Amino acid sequence: MAEAAQADSVDPIHQFAINDIVTFGEIGGVKIAFTNSALFMVIVVALIAAFLLLTTSGRGLVPSRLQSMAEISYEFVANMLRESAGTEGMRFFPFVFSLFMFVLFANLIGMVPYFFTVTSHIIITFAMAMTVFLTVIIYGFWRNGLGFLKLFVPQGVPGVLLPLIVAIEVLSFLSRPISLSVRLFANMLAGHITLKVFAGFVISLSAFGAAGFLGAVIPLALTVALTALEFLVAFLQAYVFAILTCMYLNDAIHPSH
Amino acid sequence: MENDRRADGRVPPAAGSGPKADADLARRLDSLSRSLDAEQREHEAAAAPRRTDTRGFSLGIRLASEFVAAIVVGAAIGWGLDKLAGTTPWGMIGFLLLGFAAGVLNVMRSAEKMATIETKPDTGPDED
Repeated sequence: MAEAAQADSVDPIHQFAINDIVTFGEIGGVKIAFTNSALFMVIVVALIAAFLLLTTSGRGLVPSRLQSMAEISYEFVANMLRESAGTEGMRFFPFVFSLFMFVLFANLIGMVPYFFTVTSHIIITFAMAMTVFLTVIIYGFWRNGLGFLKLFVPQGVPGVLLPLIVAIEVLSFLSRPISLSVRLFANMLAGHITLKVFAGFVISLSAFGAAGFLGAVIPLALTVALTALEFLVAFLQAYVFAILTCMYLNDAIHPSH
Repeated sequence: MENDRRADGRVPPAAGSGPKADADLARRLDSLSRSLDAEQREHEAAAAPRRTDTRGFSLGIRLASEFVAAIVVGAAIGWGLDKLAGTTPWGMIGFLLLGFAAGVLNVMRSAEKMATIETKPDTGPDED
């Protein structure tokens, strides 16, 4: 992001720095502050709420263009949930819809120059992944009791191999929050760094006079192409996060393999 | 066009009143809803594959991260066990191997899941 403005500092990591806006003092040695990350989370939530409230305020039977945008996002998530977790999964619709919209809006807001990308910090994606993970575990045990453990015991495995298979299944289950959070975080982080580095090339090259100016055309074109790719990635990662959440919730509802 | 108009002109006097008109109306409503259903099904069939088709890019990233995550978790558990029980390096070796196996399992499973979603988009993996 921010192609032209970083002539003074072409530090590709600088955009991820967390700054305090308001500090509220300390609790147990941990500083409590309202940071730029928190500010952008508030902005994201406010934007989602405003988008959904304003676009659906007309309540037209025949939706206007804006209203149909809200309806499309509803149907997109609802279909995704029904396809991967069945109609029973629809009780998790508010959860999955909130996650999807939050990730999508956070990713897209991050594409605006100078804006902070909330999802480029692993602690935030990990917190969301752990929420999904714990929801699956708690709901799975609450609904199926110990039958939830069938998830780790595939049918038709000879008794000798069973301890090994169960260990592998448990490890595979434990790796879910890691892969879910790292995927989103790494995509956003790498994408924004790449953009910044290529945009930085434009500035460094143009310092070399006319030949540099001509050479700078290549990284500039790449920056434009990468920006388009990043918009695709922003949507795709929100989609992937949501659909994997649906699949994990499906395991909580139907724990047998 | 002309045929339609002639048909329209002929229907009202015949179906103006009585149970005949109701039956005619019911028949026409029925055929309308049937054709609407058919159109909807056609529409869904056309829309569903496209939704999963464009995700090839995400597929690669997804499989790679599934694989790596399992190995990382295996290594972390092994390392932690070694720290606690002082069995260096056996816990780490064992759990790394288990993590590798779990990674392969993850990749196979998610590839299989994606394949089933792609081939039968309207049923979904309700029982697997």
